[in-house]
Amino acid sequence: MDSIYQKLVDIVGEEHVSNRPEELFIYSFDLGTAEPKSPDYVAAPKTVEEIQKIVRLANEHTVPVVPLGGGLSLAGLAVPIKGGIILDLKRMDTIIEVNERARYAVVECGVSQGQLTSYLEQHYPHLTHSEPGAPPAATIAGNIMIHGQGDLAHPYGFSSDMVNGLEIILPSGDMCRIGSCAVGAGWFTLHPLPDAGIFLGWYGTTGIITKLSLKLFPSKKIRGTGTFVVEDERLVPEIIYKITHTQLCEDIIAYSSAIPPFASELHHINVNIAADSEKELEFKQEIIWDDALGEYIRKGTGGYNGFVRGLQRPQISKTSDYKKGGGFEYVGAIMPVETYPHCYRKGREISEKHSIPYTITGRVISAAHAMMFAWTYAFNRADPETIRQAREALHETDDLVMELGGVIWKPGLYGQKLIIERLDPMTRSLMKKIKELLDPRGIINPGNWEIF
Amino acid sequence: MALNNFPYKDTIHRCFRCGYCKFPVNWMDVNNCPPYARFRMESYSCGGRLWLTRAWLNDQLEWSEHFAEILYSCTTCKNCEIKCPLRFNVDIVNMVVAARNIMVEGGRIPKPVKSFLQNIEIYGNPYGLGRSHRGTWAEENGVERYKDQEYLLYAGCAGSYDERAKKALKALSRLFKQAGLSFGILGNEENCDGNEVKSLGEKGLFDMLAETNINLFKKHKIKNIITFSPHAYNTFKNYYPEYGGDFSVFHYAHILQMLIVEGKIKFIETHKIKVTFHDPCFLGRWNNEYEIPRKIINAVPGMELMEMKKNREGSLCCGGGAGNFSIDLLGGKGSPARRRIREACEVGAHVLITTCPKCLIMLNNAVKEEDLEGHIAVRDLSEIVLDACKR
Repeated sequence: MDSIYQKLVDIVGEEHVSNRPEELFIYSFDLGTAEPKSPDYVAAPKTVEEIQKIVRLANEHTVPVVPLGGGLSLAGLAVPIKGGIILDLKRMDTIIEVNERARYAVVECGVSQGQLTSYLEQHYPHLTHSEPGAPPAATIAGNIMIHGQGDLAHPYGFSSDMVNGLEIILPSGDMCRIGSCAVGAGWFTLHPLPDAGIFLGWYGTTGIITKLSLKLFPSKKIRGTGTFVVEDERLVPEIIYKITHTQLCEDIIAYSSAIPPFASELHHINVNIAADSEKELEFKQEIIWDDALGEYIRKGTGGYNGFVRGLQRPQISKTSDYKKGGGFEYVGAIMPVETYPHCYRKGREISEKHSIPYTITGRVISAAHAMMFAWTYAFNRADPETIRQAREALHETDDLVMELGGVIWKPGLYGQKLIIERLDPMTRSLMKKIKELLDPRGIINPGNWEIF
Repeated sequence: MALNNFPYKDTIHRCFRCGYCKFPVNWMDVNNCPPYARFRMESYSCGGRLWLTRAWLNDQLEWSEHFAEILYSCTTCKNCEIKCPLRFNVDIVNMVVAARNIMVEGGRIPKPVKSFLQNIEIYGNPYGLGRSHRGTWAEENGVERYKDQEYLLYAGCAGSYDERAKKALKALSRLFKQAGLSFGILGNEENCDGNEVKSLGEKGLFDMLAETNINLFKKHKIKNIITFSPHAYNTFKNYYPEYGGDFSVFHYAHILQMLIVEGKIKFIETHKIKVTFHDPCFLGRWNNEYEIPRKIINAVPGMELMEMKKNREGSLCCGGGAGNFSIDLLGGKGSPARRRIREACEVGAHVLITTCPKCLIMLNNAVKEEDLEGHIAVRDLSEIVLDACKR
């Protein structure tokens, strides 16, 4: 009998551990183009204590541990590159607390975006969280761990900027808390204690999030999307600058895609607007469409396509079926808004070179401080050639992002390599020291953010 | 490579494993796929099952008892088809059944599935009980054998053999008699309808059952069939026409509603009671009938119908479909039936009503397993209606 398997059984129970080929097969895959790598074990813990025991066991035997949330990053970030134990954290799915007045929710690491959305709609309809454009099975912890963004990114920034507190299992197996919860107060703020922010963006390599407090925001009675369309991509940055100046929107996304054909080569700017009354909605619409963007309509360089009430939350993505092949992956990048025209033109060139219908999206972060771009490449999972093409296109796009002066968002191994090569030497050294200090045996999600 | 002969070879890889299929209609949790809810491993999710199936058909994964159990743990509840936003969603359950067809043809299926199918072939029921006992449930009720009555009441295997289901079927037959409905049964002549056989991938046995049953119905000049089980309702209504079996098929709830509307079932005052309704998959998601049972419950004096959070097309399957009421690949502490009974308690219901003998059996057992006897009871709609119109 495999002793590690038996010890995992002792920790989480037989039903929640597997080293059988079926589970090892399924957990070896990312949903994007990353090459599969088989874990040696899959364990699905239910409690913090179980995670601690597993991490200590892994330390004892120097076995990798790879934390997995919804598994929807598409960048291969939870592929067990060096084998070991996949920790499927989705059984830890309790919404522990919603503090209505301080506007935050404390959730376990396996709580999904859809679960929190549904819970708030039912129990706290006047509160909402920034929901990413990911399927509802994506976890909140996974999203903040990769510095995700959601549909409140314009007013409030990255999802990881909305964290009020964290509970982390360190690679040693010890548990620590960050934020006001660390001093026994509520989970209402990450500040003003000394900054211990060495966990977000690290893909779990410095510690496994087990609980987190997420800021909630007012949810107005009317929410919907207005669309502005232009033909000239060079107009997009200034239009975004004008819209963000109004400070009246919840979300701003510019996009262009080959499908549907009638919209190809056009640039749509979706603007989410929320209001508690018709009067408020009318006021906001007038300021945005008439005052801020009226000149484009009058000149004939832009058009207002109308306002549709209601938001699709969670969003339903059908991109994976573009090639009737069950697959897509995208390069995400945090870029200055002014790079939109380049991003569009170059991204389209890459897509067309690889015979992939182009899709380019950019979500505005904060007051146009940055834009999260996504260049999406669909592939047919049953056709290795299309996977190879998509992978090549992704790598070329990673290169493009760095050339254009951006930063790859949630980079996979190829993107991480590009970033690490360009890192300031002292930053590299600091990251290396942090990693060596916290995880001297290199057991947590090894292969990611490895700096030699 | 079996993939080349798989009827969905051009479709099965289109599942992205986005996970929509795990949710109920309102996204409240990821526990609406019964096997995933039970095991909470990706291998048991709908997408995981499709990926594993393709890998098996493509010789990337060898057959194993565990893989067979994963494939057979799908209850064919259709939650995945409701939730999947992609165009191939209508074929998700068909893909599972087609893979089972291949597994059956290969002769390697889980032992409980084999026993289930063998019992049906030998005894005409999955319980392995004698055909001569099939009609005994009706003896004390004085239900007539079918001659030339207006309706055949098709009891089904669970209604004929399972003690809890028999009790409900007796209530239904008493109701029909009190209302003066012209109906008869086939008694020991009756045979398994085959709905589970088809979903377990035993097409040959299903063909035989369908042809045998259709011939039997035709021999008796049966035109109208009332089924006690939504599973039989689904089979007779949706599958038998392909075999030349064109009958008017009703689930018993349709007939109860008709009798209530016609004034043939009259209620007397009853005690106030908080109840909830569990939608059987084969009445709801498979046949889009959600409202008639609710109309009946609301017509019964004293009933306060409280909906569970997961209702209608978002209902959580009891875990009994595709033979799992007997094969039981989903039993244990986190079983769908035990989850469901807790959901019924959460809304404050004292009685959970259903209209399916498989659901009745599964949920009734779950009450005992969850130690909730005295807190909640599981009853068939026919029992509720009979109690309310007793004289």
